[in-house]
Amino acid sequence: MSLDTRRITTRRGIEGDVHTGGSGQDLVFLHGAGGVVAGDPLLNRLSENYTVHAPVWPGFGPDATETLLEDMLDFTLHGWDVVDALELEGPPVLAGHSMGGMIAAEMASVARHDLSRLVLMAPAGMWDPDNPSPDLFAMLPFEMAEVLFHDPVVGEKLMMGGVDFGDNEALSEFMVGNARRLGTAGKILFPIPNRRLSKRIHRIGVETLLLWGRSDRLIDLAYAHMWDRLIPQADLRIIDEAGHMLPVEQPDEVARAVASFA
Amino acid sequence: MKFVWFNLMPWPYLPDDFRENHRSVWVDIDSKLFDPEKANGLYHTYMDQLEFADEMGFDGIGVNEHHQNGYGIMPSPNLIAAGLARRTSQAAICVIGNSIALYNPPIRVAEEFAMLDVISGGRLVAGFPVGTPMDTNFTYGQIPALTRDKYDEAHELIIRAWAEDEPFAFDGKYNQLRYVNCWPKPIQRPRPPIYVPGGGSIETWDFCLEHDYNYSYLSFGGYKGGQILLDGYWDRVAELDKDESPGRASFAQIICVADTDQQAEELYAEHILYFYNRCLHVYPGFSDPPGYRTVNTIKAGKLNQLRRENQQMFQNLTWKDLVDGGFVIAGSPETVREQMESMIKSLRIGTVFGLFHMGDMPDWKTRFSTQLFAEKVMPGLQNIWPELEADERWWCHPMADRVKPEYTVETARQIPPGETGMDI
Repeated sequence: MSLDTRRITTRRGIEGDVHTGGSGQDLVFLHGAGGVVAGDPLLNRLSENYTVHAPVWPGFGPDATETLLEDMLDFTLHGWDVVDALELEGPPVLAGHSMGGMIAAEMASVARHDLSRLVLMAPAGMWDPDNPSPDLFAMLPFEMAEVLFHDPVVGEKLMMGGVDFGDNEALSEFMVGNARRLGTAGKILFPIPNRRLSKRIHRIGVETLLLWGRSDRLIDLAYAHMWDRLIPQADLRIIDEAGHMLPVEQPDEVARAVASFA
Repeated sequence: MKFVWFNLMPWPYLPDDFRENHRSVWVDIDSKLFDPEKANGLYHTYMDQLEFADEMGFDGIGVNEHHQNGYGIMPSPNLIAAGLARRTSQAAICVIGNSIALYNPPIRVAEEFAMLDVISGGRLVAGFPVGTPMDTNFTYGQIPALTRDKYDEAHELIIRAWAEDEPFAFDGKYNQLRYVNCWPKPIQRPRPPIYVPGGGSIETWDFCLEHDYNYSYLSFGGYKGGQILLDGYWDRVAELDKDESPGRASFAQIICVADTDQQAEELYAEHILYFYNRCLHVYPGFSDPPGYRTVNTIKAGKLNQLRRENQQMFQNLTWKDLVDGGFVIAGSPETVREQMESMIKSLRIGTVFGLFHMGDMPDWKTRFSTQLFAEKVMPGLQNIWPELEADERWWCHPMADRVKPEYTVETARQIPPGETGMDI
């Protein structure tokens, strides 16, 4: 099963797709730097308990709107503009993975009353000088799976969606998409994924579920504990047999953890 | 036709096993390989060579900017250029260039280039590279997707700072300056000639053509490999209906001159191979951060080096590979002259950046090659484009009565008639 995709236009005039489906409380999911598709297994599991809204971030879909977002504040306010454009009944559960987790945490810090719960899955956005995370921007495509996934062999297949890196056209398409996606992500993650969220994070006023893959080799567990300390009301749960890409590696476990929390 | 003697200033002490046991010559090069005490003599040797090229009659002497790079120990080319401005008086000082997006604020470039132009008596040729990803993104931390935008703003600021005679406020996205008032100003007004080193993106071609800047293709791929790219550039010149002055383009070429072709191999092969097989050992992950290149440029690009199975693709090149492939123009003066003429005409370039010192080449060989080129090759090539001599857009315009530094040293202690003391 797959979610529906609808178009929205923000008050700033930025158009984009939102994958929507399910029933129950509204849950807005912000994807990571790899993007999201309507058939995403986690979104489908979540839609069993929530009305899921997964906006496609500028730079990650066909719309060439990414030039409009340049810095952290642009990203944060675009997130709220998207939520407004969804015309929800009340404050949603706000969830995000990796880059999306960073944006969600910023949104929750800036507009602390506009969400009901926060779910952060291996969020980016912190930097520990004693434990620097690997530089995703200096990696070759075939090196990424090794830091992103619990099982890199499975991971490489997931990244390519079944496409072979040996095929020139497929590789070219991947590189173009990768350049747009990570080029956009780089505006808040390059060269150090720290836009001073730590100065604002104390403002988060809702209960927050932190989910981390035990074998996360991009943002390792030391960061999970750092977030756990910094967020006022945080509940950290570690998922086994999952790396940084826990939403695609363990969608059932992640969806269960979310359902039992919010 | 202009000949610039260019020095990258490589580190000549990379170990034999560098490729096998080191990830990259750039960005995260093992800094323990740098020995400051050895570098003391090295800087002086390299600067002496540039001064020697001035004496030999080259039109220009060239320096550039690289950071954390084993083949370039010149993070500040302006420091070297300042030294050269004091010790030479004829050649253009070609700083190719300052990565203008990296200076904070970029008014610093306007000031330092103005100083160099003034000290040298109007001999500055100013380079404005966008900068390599290794320098700009990975070493200097600029966000890849915003690099070109920041470059464009820096360019606008510098050009205005040079041109305007009244202070102005500059409200940029990356630079907010309430009082821009460039002091000193360059001798060459409104600006020195500008060269833009590039690697083939159509955006850079259009930028050069819009402003009448020289497009400088500085690769180490040699003139045969450069043909396709420069053909693309000249097609773009025609598309935009610009005149086809050869002054619009320049090219960097490794040149090795000896008495005979055989002697060229004997003298230079090992040093050129040092350069190709050690100095160009750059980790490919540093060469193309997502967002740095535009989508169109990626689509046209080569993808082979991104594959796991091709990580050993930089097999040891041989001298024959390099000469046959046109990476290096080497041989007797006649051999070199013939190939240079063919290169200049087929690429349609008005300036050659000649790379004479390469890799770990010793000083005497560098000078030997340089002198042979100056005396036996260059004279036969200087008038390839007679119409270019009258085209003033592409070269510097020194003051006729500029100060000759050696002259000021001689006269320093003479007190002019009628003055008796220090009244500064």
